[in-house]
Amino acid sequence: MLELGPLGRRRLHNFRANRRGFWSLWIFLVLFGVSLFSEFVANDKPFLVYYDGGVYMPIFKAYPERAFGGEFETEADYRDPVVAKLIEEKGWMLWPLVRYNYRTVAWNLPEPAPSPPDAEHWLGTDDQARDVVARLIYGFRISVLFGFTLTVISAIIGVAAGAVQGYFGGWIDLLFQRFIEIWAGMPTLFLLIILVNIVQPNFWWLLGLLLLFSWMGFVGVVRAEFLRARNFDYVRAARALGVSSARIMFRHVLPNAMVATITFMPFTLAGSVTVLTSLDFLGIGLPPGSASLGEVLAQGKANLQAPWLGFTGFFVIAIMLSLLIFIGEAVRDAFDPRKLFAGAPPGEDAAGGDRAGPLGAQPRGSES
Amino acid sequence: MSSVQPLPASEPSSFKKVQKGETLIEIRNLKMYFPVLEGIVFQKAIAHVKAVDDVSFEIKKGETLGLVGESGCGKTTTGRCILQLEHPTAGDIIFEGVNLNELDQKGLIPVRQKIQVIFQDPYSSLNPRMKIGEIIGEPMKVHGIQPDPGKRRQRVAELLSICGLNPAFAERYPHEMSGGQRQRVGIARALSLNPEFIICDEAVSALDVSIQAQVINLLEDLREEFDLTYLFIAHDLSVVHHLSNRVAVMYLGKMVELAESDELFDNPMHPYTEALLSAVPVPDPTTEKQRRHQVLQGEVPSPMNPPSGCVFHPRCPLAVDSCRQVVPPLEEKRPGHWVACTQV
Repeated sequence: MLELGPLGRRRLHNFRANRRGFWSLWIFLVLFGVSLFSEFVANDKPFLVYYDGGVYMPIFKAYPERAFGGEFETEADYRDPVVAKLIEEKGWMLWPLVRYNYRTVAWNLPEPAPSPPDAEHWLGTDDQARDVVARLIYGFRISVLFGFTLTVISAIIGVAAGAVQGYFGGWIDLLFQRFIEIWAGMPTLFLLIILVNIVQPNFWWLLGLLLLFSWMGFVGVVRAEFLRARNFDYVRAARALGVSSARIMFRHVLPNAMVATITFMPFTLAGSVTVLTSLDFLGIGLPPGSASLGEVLAQGKANLQAPWLGFTGFFVIAIMLSLLIFIGEAVRDAFDPRKLFAGAPPGEDAAGGDRAGPLGAQPRGSES
Repeated sequence: MSSVQPLPASEPSSFKKVQKGETLIEIRNLKMYFPVLEGIVFQKAIAHVKAVDDVSFEIKKGETLGLVGESGCGKTTTGRCILQLEHPTAGDIIFEGVNLNELDQKGLIPVRQKIQVIFQDPYSSLNPRMKIGEIIGEPMKVHGIQPDPGKRRQRVAELLSICGLNPAFAERYPHEMSGGQRQRVGIARALSLNPEFIICDEAVSALDVSIQAQVINLLEDLREEFDLTYLFIAHDLSVVHHLSNRVAVMYLGKMVELAESDELFDNPMHPYTEALLSAVPVPDPTTEKQRRHQVLQGEVPSPMNPPSGCVFHPRCPLAVDSCRQVVPPLEEKRPGHWVACTQV
């Protein structure tokens, strides 16, 4: 377990003090945790089959229908009443909560797709007769994973670039800044449209292309912190002590410069999720058929006669982004130096054990 | 990660062992000009701020040289040039027979162990994210002096108690300590590499008076115990008088007077030093009333455009016409008492 210093404890305390953000974090973590196991929550295969004394786990391994006394060599379709009956005769099946995965087509709909919500499809189906709940669970997972990956990698690149610029300054800074200004002028959306025409974009293509531009958001804050910090006496002291530039940058300055970056990150995460959603909405995102929140929205737009599609997409995206923003606000509060020393932090030990005697404790101030 | 590599003896940069009383460091014609740039892509220097302009002095081993002057006169820049935190425009800094200006970053690594610095502000000179133990232990780790973490902790505890702090403070963060305690940590960090020469850059100015006295006494004790040499940069003349063997006075990047401490305070020769000393209040109202204060006219001129001749001439009560043209050299007017003024 990470050991927190007094500053860290106070930040945690401030984070918890923001009830809305604190609960948002838990709700988000639970939703994300559940969505990580989407295959066990929404799938068209049971996760456990007990048949004729044997245990089968269809999620991990494809069994032919003949294994359960059927006729075909192809993989068993457990939703097929015939197969289900065969298995029920000699054993049992444990099904996930939702018996559809994101691309299972429900053939036996009572009315033409998109069908409205009912007991079988809690949020109805889309216009290709796929269960909306299942698509949301998988779509949420891919959106958040995409957002996380994009945010983390762009933070690493952006922080490194900002650190180098701010620490060395001068010509490096000047040239790098001009490069960033030119690079930021590149029309990302047009590049994506061109990409879609050349390759079939998948998760990694989109991630790579967006990464080319998204790292620039972090450069500014980190560069500013480094420009400020390189004139601090503790950095001068480290230089006078012969500490190498790389060590000064990453050991001395970076921990102090990370506050701005960490505060920035939840908002960047929300932004990254939105980007993927909007690309999917425009149809230049993930390949057709993938689960995605943007695609649910696009379906809602295309099927105004089925308002549950549009409403579902809207509410899921709105709630997810609100949670992220609330978390971001709580993180921002936690790192706010003005709030850091207000209120009573827990476990505050009195300054004692001073051998120098008359050197009394001064009021805390001028921190970070 | 930098590590210490012993320099081959054949190279010019091999340090001489200096005995007590011999010259430890010699500054010759040090100049530090900062360009004032104009333009964005094609920058050109339109002027120079002459922070330090042709300053020479030497410091003997075991001695404390006080360096005084008002804000902006180049005291701190001189200190930074010696530390090679700034690369001087011209001049030589000869430490133990090695010219520091000719060394590159790698060659400076052994010098880093010998010359250390104590900064003015005890708040900004300690990294708020590092524990006291890490702050003091890092130099030893970086220079590979004490690679074993256990022994390093021991040494940190030792340094803390030398500086009058509880060794348990190693586990604390800087913000949990008072200004005086932090300054002691700064001193412990400076001592961690067993330096020979310490530059105290306004090391007590930010502390209140009672704590100043403690830190000054600590610095004196350490000088005796570890055979240290100090360059004590300050603007508080009484502190400098108390601590220094010799005192140098700077004005607008130039050294105007250099003498034994008592000699300088009893018989100041340069008109600027006289004015500076008369501005020090005496803690006795009766005497203070009777004293004649010599108030200088005008403001300090801009170091970007210093006056011609003697830089002090526009404010000098003794100035004559020739002061406008002739730069007065630093001359030995009395034994050991150097003054840069043609009129005394």
